[in-house]
Amino acid sequence: MNNKLNVKRKSAEKKFILLGRVSILLAFVFLAVFLFTIFKTGISGFYKSYIKLNIFFDSEYLELPKDYSDSNLRHADFQGIANKAIYKLFPNVKESSDKKELRKIISSYSNLTIKNALRNDKALLNKEVSLEIPLNSVFNLLNKGLLDENLPQEKRNFTDLQLSFFNQLKNKGLISKKFNWDFFKTGDSRAPEKAGIGGALLGSLFSMIICFLFSFPIGVATAIYLEEYAPKNLFTEFIEVNINNLAAIPSIIFGILGLSILIDFFELPRGTTLVGGLVLSLMTLPVIIVSCRAAIKAVPPSLKHAALGLGASKTQVVFHHVLPLALPGTLTGTIIGLARAVGETAPLLMIGMVAFVVNLPKTPLEQSTSLPVQIYLWAESAEQGFVEKTSAAIIVILLFLFAMNFAAVLFRNKFEKRW
Amino acid sequence: MVETKKEIIIECKNLDVYYGNKQAIKNVSLNVYDNQVTALIGASGCGKSTFLRCFNRMNDVIDICKVTGEIHINGEDIYSKEQDVEKLREKVGMVFQKPNPFPKSIYDNVAYGPRIHNLTNSKKELDELVEKSLIKASLFDEVKDRLKESGTALSGGQQQRLCIARAIAVDPKVILMDEPCSALDPIATAKIEELIIELSNAYCILVVTHSMQQAARISKRTAFFHLGELIEVGNTEELFQKPKNKMTHDYITGRFG
Ligand SMILES: Nc1ncnc2c1ncn2[C@@H]1O[C@H](COP(=O)(O)OP(=O)(O)OP(=O)(O)O)[C@@H](O)[C@H]1O
Ligand SMILES: [Mg+2]
Repeated sequence: MNNKLNVKRKSAEKKFILLGRVSILLAFVFLAVFLFTIFKTGISGFYKSYIKLNIFFDSEYLELPKDYSDSNLRHADFQGIANKAIYKLFPNVKESSDKKELRKIISSYSNLTIKNALRNDKALLNKEVSLEIPLNSVFNLLNKGLLDENLPQEKRNFTDLQLSFFNQLKNKGLISKKFNWDFFKTGDSRAPEKAGIGGALLGSLFSMIICFLFSFPIGVATAIYLEEYAPKNLFTEFIEVNINNLAAIPSIIFGILGLSILIDFFELPRGTTLVGGLVLSLMTLPVIIVSCRAAIKAVPPSLKHAALGLGASKTQVVFHHVLPLALPGTLTGTIIGLARAVGETAPLLMIGMVAFVVNLPKTPLEQSTSLPVQIYLWAESAEQGFVEKTSAAIIVILLFLFAMNFAAVLFRNKFEKRW
Repeated sequence: MVETKKEIIIECKNLDVYYGNKQAIKNVSLNVYDNQVTALIGASGCGKSTFLRCFNRMNDVIDICKVTGEIHINGEDIYSKEQDVEKLREKVGMVFQKPNPFPKSIYDNVAYGPRIHNLTNSKKELDELVEKSLIKASLFDEVKDRLKESGTALSGGQQQRLCIARAIAVDPKVILMDEPCSALDPIATAKIEELIIELSNAYCILVVTHSMQQAARISKRTAFFHLGELIEVGNTEELFQKPKNKMTHDYITGRFG
């Protein structure tokens, strides 16, 4: 009798454990597939293809005087000398339509690379130097093997003629692939080969700093007040319930709040990281309050009594004993709250942080995007070159979030329960 | 009689303590003498801790707790409106049942009281005060080489002596101890008891204890409580040998409680 019951109980337990393991395995498989696909498409986004061209800085063609200034450079036709350089490699190409196809191999933003070279070394004028010029996005992808050459010509973005040009250049060893540091330094662009996440990174950084500066002090102060000073009555209970509810409000509603209050009423500049950070801080605030209160609750009452017994005032007890012990837990919660804020998109769309911004923001009062918004923008884009950029940006944000969560775990393990 | 030689430092008159509607202390009047140990004994839940907490107003921390009646310490009504609770607790120190050192260094534990009450003028004075307090708590020799280490890293008995050192560092008049040895082994207990006897030369000490032997060993006077009432108080030896009250007799002979 008893034995039978025992066997039944044991087998139920085994089934339950098996079920748990299967579900964990499934979760891991999904995660692995997700990460694999993202990394597979994204890694190439960190690389950029170049062509080595002998650029002749022809002062006559560029219409530059001997002692030219930066303003002269602005109007000089650097793209033209890049084109000339690539024509020179194919002396037999005479037809202007063929030349057009040829010059489309290099990026239409090559002029920037050439201009910078001259700006950095004025002695280059009327000299010939070998420079690495970025390829047009299509040929960048082709170089990385991401495009199918065997498709019929109508179905691809490059002609047979261009393909033969490209293969000849490749055979001459002029085409190379390098890690693209500029990806982290430049803002958005219409040309995938030039677009970077620098602006979005700065935007995310600014809004995070603002979010932290607002939500952390207010959150900690609120938590201390509610936990240590506030009388326990219906009103404070009502506030407590509402703070917990705040954490569950869909983020887009915070965006609408920000739009109507911060932008329409207070007339803060639209689409800036200042407004973005403030809106995100509304979302982070309940997370910080809840984690800080939990951390304060975890401080043993015996320590508070010890301090009170020595004649410390309530405020002294809070600042000398409770807060130092509650801070690690609070910071862990704050990091997790901020990590959530970094990945937030919807409220930022509402307050207009969704524009095409080429320049890097220098202050929180400038129009900017953020990482997830940039991902959203690129994912929307029709151009094929943005696919790898999107995935690359996703990798960056994932690494970012991973680092933050890792920091939170480290923090927790290091400072947890020292008393 | 021993107690007549000593000065009365605490006068407690008609004290009632309520937790909400429940009365935990019923009309207790008791005088406590300076420079001796007074033990509070009685069955669990009879209100010893509650009574003890009245003297440094730690009952204020409990929202539902209400105290009526009068307590004068050195002639001062400690429940008057003008009484500064922080100042009172500087004069009336407390040692808790479970050792509760701050998770700070040994030095900072002892220095905390003097720091918040601004008792010293220089680092050197503070150093001396910390050393003196640790010596008085007979802990100094064991920790003098590691004052910077955490107070929580000490053994239970050492922690309790650290708590005593912390309490005497602010130079209180009265020290309240709520079962200070209940978390300790016999050897650590013996050390603390010795310390309590020694300290009673300089301080008025009130000790709650569950151990008759301990009360007999360390105290000059003993007060017996039952269900919130003070049943009997007197010279410890007399109370243990010739209790006047039947309930006291039953309790100390182990017939109930
Ligand atoms: N914070 C509190 N809230 C409500 N009732 C309390 C509280 N503290 C104590 N009491 C009640 O007051 C009475 C006296 O408690 P107290 O802790 O003073 O007893 P005690 O004599 O110290 O007991 P023990 O020897 O077990 O420590 C008990 O009936 C207890 O239930
Ligand atoms: Mg007690």
